[in-house]
Amino acid sequence: MQAFNLDLCDLPPGVDVLREEVRSFLFETLGSYSKPNRARSWSAFDADFSGRLGDRGWLGMTWPEPYGSSRSALERYIVIEELLAFGAPVAAHWIGERQSGPLLLRFGSDKQQEKLLPGIASGKSFFCIGMSEPNSGSDLASINTHAKRDNDGWVVNGQKIWTTYAQKCHYMIALVRTSGSVKDRHDGLSQLIINLRDPGITISPIRNMIGDKEFNEVKFDNVFVSDSMLVGEEGNGWQQVIAELAFERSGPDRFLSAYRLMVELIRMFHKTEDKHAEVAIGRLTAHLVTLRQMSLAVAAVLETGEQPTIEATVIKDLGVAFEQLIPEIAHDLINVAPNILHGSDYEKSLAYIQQACVSFSLRGGTTEILRSVIARGLGLR
Amino acid sequence: MTEISKTLAETCDRLFSNLINNDVLRETELAVWPDPIWQQIEENGLTFAMVNENHGGSGIKWIDCFQIIYWSGYYSVPVPLVETMVSSWFLSQHNQAPPKGVITFFCDGKPLDLIESNNSYKISGIIERIPWGASADYVLAEAYNSNKQVYVLLDAKKSKIVKDKNISGESRDSMTFDKASPMTVIDISDAFRSNSLLVYAALARSVQMSGGISAILDNCISYSREREQFGQPIAKFQAIQHQLAILAAEAAAAKIASQIACRAADLIDVSSGLEFEVATAKIRAGESAGLAASIGHQVHGAIGFTDEYSLHYITRRLWSWRSEYGSESYWARRMGKEVIAGGADNLWADITARL
Ligand SMILES: Cc1cc2nc3c(=O)[nH]c(=O)nc-3n(C[C@H](O)[C@H](O)[C@H](O)COP(=O)(O)OP(=O)(O)OC[C@H]3O[C@@H](n4cnc5c(N)ncnc54)[C@H](O)[C@@H]3O)c2cc1C
Repeated sequence: MQAFNLDLCDLPPGVDVLREEVRSFLFETLGSYSKPNRARSWSAFDADFSGRLGDRGWLGMTWPEPYGSSRSALERYIVIEELLAFGAPVAAHWIGERQSGPLLLRFGSDKQQEKLLPGIASGKSFFCIGMSEPNSGSDLASINTHAKRDNDGWVVNGQKIWTTYAQKCHYMIALVRTSGSVKDRHDGLSQLIINLRDPGITISPIRNMIGDKEFNEVKFDNVFVSDSMLVGEEGNGWQQVIAELAFERSGPDRFLSAYRLMVELIRMFHKTEDKHAEVAIGRLTAHLVTLRQMSLAVAAVLETGEQPTIEATVIKDLGVAFEQLIPEIAHDLINVAPNILHGSDYEKSLAYIQQACVSFSLRGGTTEILRSVIARGLGLR
Repeated sequence: MTEISKTLAETCDRLFSNLINNDVLRETELAVWPDPIWQQIEENGLTFAMVNENHGGSGIKWIDCFQIIYWSGYYSVPVPLVETMVSSWFLSQHNQAPPKGVITFFCDGKPLDLIESNNSYKISGIIERIPWGASADYVLAEAYNSNKQVYVLLDAKKSKIVKDKNISGESRDSMTFDKASPMTVIDISDAFRSNSLLVYAALARSVQMSGGISAILDNCISYSREREQFGQPIAKFQAIQHQLAILAAEAAAAKIASQIACRAADLIDVSSGLEFEVATAKIRAGESAGLAASIGHQVHGAIGFTDEYSLHYITRRLWSWRSEYGSESYWARRMGKEVIAGGADNLWADITARL
């Protein structure tokens, strides 16, 4: 028996040209972007930069025309891995392009697609994910935010939390209860597209432990959402969310979040001979190369239309462990206490990643939840 | 997966599962050469799978032969199939028709010295930890001809053997040659200048390990569903589920890592060599092997610690294989040196240029 299958995939010919295009674009637009800023990886929000990516046609490129250019999933992969390896500020469009767009393509109405996809693909309209609530984290099915029928729409009441960049986004795709009660669990949930400028919405940024304002509390007080903004079928929200999370779990963002620290760490050993550093950096490189090929393998399977849910989950689990290992190894190899104001690029990069990385195994599903998903795939549950 | 890969996977899974069982493994550990098993494997053409067609082989690529080596690791095949495959391929790549029979290799110690006298070559010296040296017909060994590195094919029966075993009881013998005449002396071809036999030996062990790790995973899954404690299968405990999730992830990583190296081995004329990919494979599979062995034993409890139960045939092999032909830290250091010398800003470009 084979638990699951991931086989090496070859990149299609011609991707080198695309890769070079992305590299020169990055060099031109972000040539002077500082190293510590790059360490922020896909947490840095820059609407302007996202717009430029849109102009180049690099957002939603796998989507069918007229929204995208029907490029392959592997071509998109090349673009996003280059952005991440460079440390480009991609947060503004990230969620919309990775998750909301594909969700709308799969479950959304023609009207919704016409209305929303062009904005995502041009890097002008930004989305956030409204799943978590104060009392519903891992146990997502227990959410309380509810929508009541009202003529040709819904009235939403409740509260979301930890919503990344809600304060800067245009839309939220929210998971809400449209019928039944909390004890119905997976039944009676639906996804609504909510325009965050609508009346009744209060967005309050929550300062995180690094001092950044990225995630938010979002309150809904009798917010009216028209019927046309219900995604897919009423009551099918849970299945849709599960499909959505699969888009989220296997990409290069799942193992490259700390890559810029790895680069700065390697730079520290330039022209020196240090056995411990050589061994540690060799190991990290082996992990990186392997994860990349695993993630590419999943991208190739996704391309065939299959849903490699378990394989994707495996990549997030391993990828996060790798990302979290990098600051530990850096700390171990270099005897310095990082200063955050006037420290070196290395110090600032370490300081950021050291703190940020504890969230990597929480966002997008905790490690414990992922392992339970894998265990189910192995037939243990 | 290619059609050839699929066929090889099915063939090897079936063949090895029929041939290998606990009794066979126990006996071979007592140094009984399982000749019928070797015969079957040879008859199925596996030893010559990678040999060029003009030398009577099948000319199958590394990425497809991955399956043979993987399944041989999965079933702990207790004969030097992998050593023979690699040696025969190496000979064939150097335009030498490989002989039939058991060929083992030597590539991880001080090379032998080739001495020229009266227009003929002689070899004297000792080589150690040779897989199945005592049962082999031939040994392909690294040697020096003056200052030039060469490979020699020696008649194993002309050596004095001192038997030894690795942790898993696999034969690892020392062989002493006294003025032996090599059957062939091979100058290294350009394509192999940066890829010594050690690189391929390490690659083969990585693939074997990935098979072994998957075997432990499958074993653990079925055992944890059968074994009951506190009135339910231990598979229902979250602590066990999470250990097996970790193991599954490691198994997948080890497999992909060793496929990466196989794919690179098919492009042997890459001037930069395939050290990078083989290091990746040996490091990653080696790390997973250690973890898989501990999780495997933890999940099995006391029964796994018995001689009777089969788990140890594979866990003990993994401990041996991860240290043979370069441990994780050996390869990590080689790789790390390259990465540091290449420069921090070039790493990404280097990785992506290599597929
Ligand atoms: C930086 C960041 C950004 C985020 N962005 C968003 C966003 O944009 N949108 C959004 O909706 N959410 C977002 N989240 C929320 C994220 O999805 C949740 O943090 C996550 O689902 C875990 O929920 P929780 O924090 O309530 O932890 P809890 O669910 O309370 O978990 C606490 C601990 O208990 C463990 N645990 C819980 N249940 C089990 C179980 N059944 N078995 C074993 N262990 C268990 C968890 O693994 C964890 O270790 C973000 C979080 C972070 C940190």
